[in-house]
Amino acid sequence: MWRQFAPAFRMMLFFTVLVGLVYPGLVTALSQALFHNQANGTLVEIRGRAVGSSLIGQNFTQPEYFHPRPSAAGSDGYDASASGASNYGSTNQKLIDRVKASVDQFRKENPDYQGPVPADLVTASGSGLDPDISAASAEAQAARVAKARGLTVDKVRQLIARHTKARTLGFLGEPRVNVLEINLALDRHFPAPR
Amino acid sequence: MTANGVLYILVFFLVLLALTKPLGLYMANLFEGKRTFLHPLLRPLERLVYRLTGVREDSEQRWTQYAASVIAFSLVGFLFVYIIQRLQGFLLLNPMGFSTGHAPGNATAMTPDLAFNTAVSFMTNTNWQSYGGETTLSYFVQMAALTVQNFVSAAAGIAVAIALIRGFARKQANSIGNFWVDLTRATVYVLLPLAFVFALFLCARGVPQTLKAYQKVTTIEGAAQTIAVGPVASQESIKMLGTNGGGFFNTNSAHPFENPTPLTNFTEILAILIISSGLTYTFGRMVGDTRQGWAVFAAMAFLFFAGVFICYPSEQAGNPQLARLGVATAATRTQPGGNMEGKEVRFGIASSALWATATTDASNGSVNSMHDSYTPLGGLIPMFNLQTDEVIFGGVGSGLYGILLYAIVGVFIAGLMVGRTPEYLGKKIEQKEVKMAMVAIIATAFVILVFTAMSMVARFAKNGYWNPPGPAIANLNNSGPHGLSEILYAYSSGAENNGSAFAGINVNTPWYNLTLGLAMLIGRFGFILPALAIAGSLAAKKKVPTTNGTLPTHGALFVGLLVGVIVVIGALTFFPALSLGPLVEHLVMREGRLFSSLLSVAPGFSPACAPMHRGAAWMLGIWS
Amino acid sequence: MAEARGKAQADTLRKTKTDSMAKRITSRGKIEFIPASKLRAGDVVTCEASDIIPGDGEVIEGIATVDESVITGESAPVIRESGGDRSAVTGGTKVLSDQIKVRITSNPGETFLDRMITLVEGAERQKTPNEIALNILIAGMTLIFLLAVVTLQPFAVFSVNSAGAGTVPSVAVFVSLLVCLIPTTIGGLLSAIGIAGMDRVMQHNVLAMSGKAVEASGDVDTLLLDKTGTITLGNRQAVEFIPAEGVSESEVADAAQLSSLADETPEGRSIVVLAKQKYRLRGRHVSEHEARFIPFTALTRMSGVDLDGRQLRKGAGDAILKFVQEQGGEVPASFTTIINNIARTGGTPLAVADGPRLLGVVHLKDIVKGGIKERMAQLRAMGIRSVMITGDNPLTAAAIANEAGVDDFLAQATPKDKMDFIKKEQGQGRLVAMTGDGTNDAPALAQADVGVAMNTGTMAAKEAGNMVDLDSNPTKLIEIVAIGKQLLITRGSLTTFSIMNDVSKYFAIIPAMFAATYPALEKLNIMRLRTPQSAVLAAVIFNALIIIALVPLALRGVRYRPQSAAGMLRRNLWIYGVGGFIAPFPFIWLIDRLLALFHLA
Repeated sequence: MWRQFAPAFRMMLFFTVLVGLVYPGLVTALSQALFHNQANGTLVEIRGRAVGSSLIGQNFTQPEYFHPRPSAAGSDGYDASASGASNYGSTNQKLIDRVKASVDQFRKENPDYQGPVPADLVTASGSGLDPDISAASAEAQAARVAKARGLTVDKVRQLIARHTKARTLGFLGEPRVNVLEINLALDRHFPAPR
Repeated sequence: MTANGVLYILVFFLVLLALTKPLGLYMANLFEGKRTFLHPLLRPLERLVYRLTGVREDSEQRWTQYAASVIAFSLVGFLFVYIIQRLQGFLLLNPMGFSTGHAPGNATAMTPDLAFNTAVSFMTNTNWQSYGGETTLSYFVQMAALTVQNFVSAAAGIAVAIALIRGFARKQANSIGNFWVDLTRATVYVLLPLAFVFALFLCARGVPQTLKAYQKVTTIEGAAQTIAVGPVASQESIKMLGTNGGGFFNTNSAHPFENPTPLTNFTEILAILIISSGLTYTFGRMVGDTRQGWAVFAAMAFLFFAGVFICYPSEQAGNPQLARLGVATAATRTQPGGNMEGKEVRFGIASSALWATATTDASNGSVNSMHDSYTPLGGLIPMFNLQTDEVIFGGVGSGLYGILLYAIVGVFIAGLMVGRTPEYLGKKIEQKEVKMAMVAIIATAFVILVFTAMSMVARFAKNGYWNPPGPAIANLNNSGPHGLSEILYAYSSGAENNGSAFAGINVNTPWYNLTLGLAMLIGRFGFILPALAIAGSLAAKKKVPTTNGTLPTHGALFVGLLVGVIVVIGALTFFPALSLGPLVEHLVMREGRLFSSLLSVAPGFSPACAPMHRGAAWMLGIWS
Repeated sequence: MAEARGKAQADTLRKTKTDSMAKRITSRGKIEFIPASKLRAGDVVTCEASDIIPGDGEVIEGIATVDESVITGESAPVIRESGGDRSAVTGGTKVLSDQIKVRITSNPGETFLDRMITLVEGAERQKTPNEIALNILIAGMTLIFLLAVVTLQPFAVFSVNSAGAGTVPSVAVFVSLLVCLIPTTIGGLLSAIGIAGMDRVMQHNVLAMSGKAVEASGDVDTLLLDKTGTITLGNRQAVEFIPAEGVSESEVADAAQLSSLADETPEGRSIVVLAKQKYRLRGRHVSEHEARFIPFTALTRMSGVDLDGRQLRKGAGDAILKFVQEQGGEVPASFTTIINNIARTGGTPLAVADGPRLLGVVHLKDIVKGGIKERMAQLRAMGIRSVMITGDNPLTAAAIANEAGVDDFLAQATPKDKMDFIKKEQGQGRLVAMTGDGTNDAPALAQADVGVAMNTGTMAAKEAGNMVDLDSNPTKLIEIVAIGKQLLITRGSLTTFSIMNDVSKYFAIIPAMFAATYPALEKLNIMRLRTPQSAVLAAVIFNALIIIALVPLALRGVRYRPQSAAGMLRRNLWIYGVGGFIAPFPFIWLIDRLLALFHLA
């Protein structure tokens, strides 16, 4: 068996160079040239200043913005340098307590909405950085956003409809609303009264 | 379940089916030494490998030499990864300064036990992660250590499967191929081209690929957000294709940078199963009867559907406790409904459940949703998939050699029932084959059950070395049956080289890092060595001609038998444990019972005083 | 039971081995009396009427009738004579008439009788390869159950603590669970199945030298069958008289009958009988006439009679041809056509001539045994290729092979041909079985994977084979194959049954064990067993009863019908696989109710 170590060592050294350095290096060079924006994190800039990535969720708490899902990333949520989930099981008291708190807060913030709370809006996402909410979750917040910005609910609904991404190819994934993008659109079209 | 969800799963399966033959045929030609359409491009590279490493392309190895090569290569790989990790503070491509004085505040320390666990984990194709990638590792470690193992550990798995296939295909031969050649071909012709193309595709869809430091931004509401980036795409593609599953980021493919869109999600699930599925065709082709390969494929497909269609409805039904709080759990046109805890909106329920099933069918272990937060039955499927040794398509190579070992056991019992010395593909199944197949099946069952049981009752000093939180069950994030599930899942994942987790449990302590590392080693080599021994033994045998009295191994009957053997052995081994974990959790969930914290810690044993652990500590001292 | 039967048989055998005295002929030709147990290989003894032959050997001088009933159970005496295929004698058998000289061929303790005793006693019984492999599987399953049960205790500790209810089940409960699960009892049955298989072979009056041989016979792919005695009745029979031009059929029959009157061979007799049946020609007493019978010689290759000046001859076509031409007769052109036609259909032509007049031809035919075609079809269904071995020419052989329905034949087979054929088949991975009796069969018998020697055969043949058929009935090979298969089927079926039982037993015991900790587990108690105690007890009782219930099955063997492997597997999987899963439910439920009825738990 010891005789196998010499080839093993040489093989490992060779592959470390080939697939550990040459391959990622080549992919990096090509990506930076071909897909510069995506390769660097799909950042969104407002007046030359990066405000986030359209793929990475960020927190919104003010009433005039759509709120994202609860996040367990980092200690305060939406820590994009430490993704994380709650990892609460279905029979965990902590899960029920947290969801209950979210539901209560939602009801308090959105007194005009009477229906059942969409599941995604009160459950923590897998990454803690989910950039999206469901269309139903956006709709549930429409009245609040409209009131905070002094708009009709219909205007907000139209915006939601415009920002609802359909399923890819008609069946892949779920319809969704990107929270950062729709909030940027809100600011663009209906600047909040400050 | 929604119609769209069912459609998604069916389309996925059809695409997988369509790709099986072309890829399988390509690999069969490759490993039989024929020219493929990529030879003009890659043959010079292959030749370069042999020239630089001094491997003789035309020499053959007996099974013992083949096994020795696998072990030597794995050991060297382990040392490479361990050393690179330990030295990451001194090496290049470390913009965040991990393991240096200016590491970020939330960084995890690279301790010897963590480095050991990670090195074993990637070398064994497990890719279990006791750490969070973006808070622990430099870009250099991700590339030169982990990405490399993603390639070569997968290639080694393919090589072993090919060697076993040769065992069936050859007659009265004493060699089963050359590991170095198989390893090189699997890497150069199969994994590298696929990974390269896939990486560029992923990057085009939004997966970062940069060597720059993390991006600092100020959000709309004025908060500071540090966005972790890195050379993600190049690692993501091979992580999926090589059934490795170790994510660049802590939350793996749930992270939008690893899996940004529904389309990347679809292709990534496909990437999990594609090579393993293709290998079933390679198998049929190389043994000279493609029906044999399709029979294995059919058994896998049956179990795949069974798993998906238990997991998916359970997740879509959601958690009745949340429904009581006024949460909408039914799917509508505008929302996915169901159990969304730990899942991403862009994927919804169906493709999350599909991923959870596929990643544990294979030894992938990547996740796009958090298994720990699945409903009990939804989580039972991934766990049972692990415990039946991941033979539903399975890891690249490992899935095929795994199911062939089950086929040997099945054929043995069934063969007796037709009144002949059992044979499979014309090879008599005798003492040695049965013994080795049982060794493999028992080895994994042993580490799963024994380590889980030890962790259930092991007590450690609080803030001590072995497990700072105190007793081993103090690391749990959930209590009650789900707590048992967390530990059981962890060791199942380790022993089966999967790497996915009921991730609530904090496993970054010496006790868990070491025992999980051991579980991975035993799981990997407890399967590879018996598989190679069988390959050697089969290759030396004559081929018995097929007659009317031969048990046909290409029909529905055989498929049913194979499925039965896998499920029954899995159930017999794990039913007691599962009945105290997910099964009972499902029942109590419907009763509305909740579990808050452990009532008391049971009197248990304290393994820290055992000499075994002193030995381990001494070895750790040497490594550090 | 099988063991008991074997033991009784051994006792009878041992009685025959009582220390008889042997008359050894010394080097100086004198006779000395020594105990049979002192005889060595190479000694020469003499045996007269009513002597017990003191050891295994070869007759080197004389001829005698011998009673071999101790070994064969057949009371009819057999002839043993020096030279040829009937020279072997077995120690313990009794000379009935005449005197023979025997050269002893085996040392004390190694004789046929000794080996038979050890065989039936099972002292030498080694585990067969399949049995060992199955034992490994069972040991593996036992290990798995041990793991599952032992680790269940810590799981229970955790569960009880985190649920805050119930208690950890007692050690007794864990032990009961383990006892119910581990398949050691099946392990015990496995050897019983093996012994029962040997016993069944023995009931067919076949002695198997090892269990391995019996098992191997189940694996046989190719069966070499001697034509004569196995496929056809031993003798050819006259079926037709074909006259030459200008001769009536009855004239041929008459001449043939006359020429055969003194012919005591079966062929000759069959000619007389056919003539009688077909042309009402009665057997005549030749003594009334001036008759001189010409016996058959290898030189003339014909026989006949000189009667009232007629020279009636019958014999092989070319021999009669020569005879007729010598007498100055003419041979009609149609004659060769007739001869060839008969040969092509597998028959033997026998020409008949009256002096220079060629009268016609007697068609002698090999009569294929009744039912042989069906048996060959069964063999084919079982996936076994049958090959007929014959000394006939290929033309004749093909015709008979076709009629008997065998898959292949080996014509004009010499011992070397047989040997080569076996080696060729084995080279292709096939397992070959054959029967044989002559000394020249010995190498082939030894080469074959299953070699069944006829008891009437030579010692060399018996030594070479791994089974001896005491009835010397070559057809029995087919039954032996069936027994071998049945043996394996029984093992596989019982193992499957017992493993499937365990799955259902979990449903009885696990909910019961943790009912107090997690009352919700009651939902898994699909049998609605009343209390945890009664559930565990019922499962244990069921476990004990099922073993007893399986013993007769193990001894009798699972029913075997010749059919394709797939059909057989489907059937056995339903009965023993699915059945094994379902069976425990009603029984455990019933036992639980009975326990309640008698207030036992």
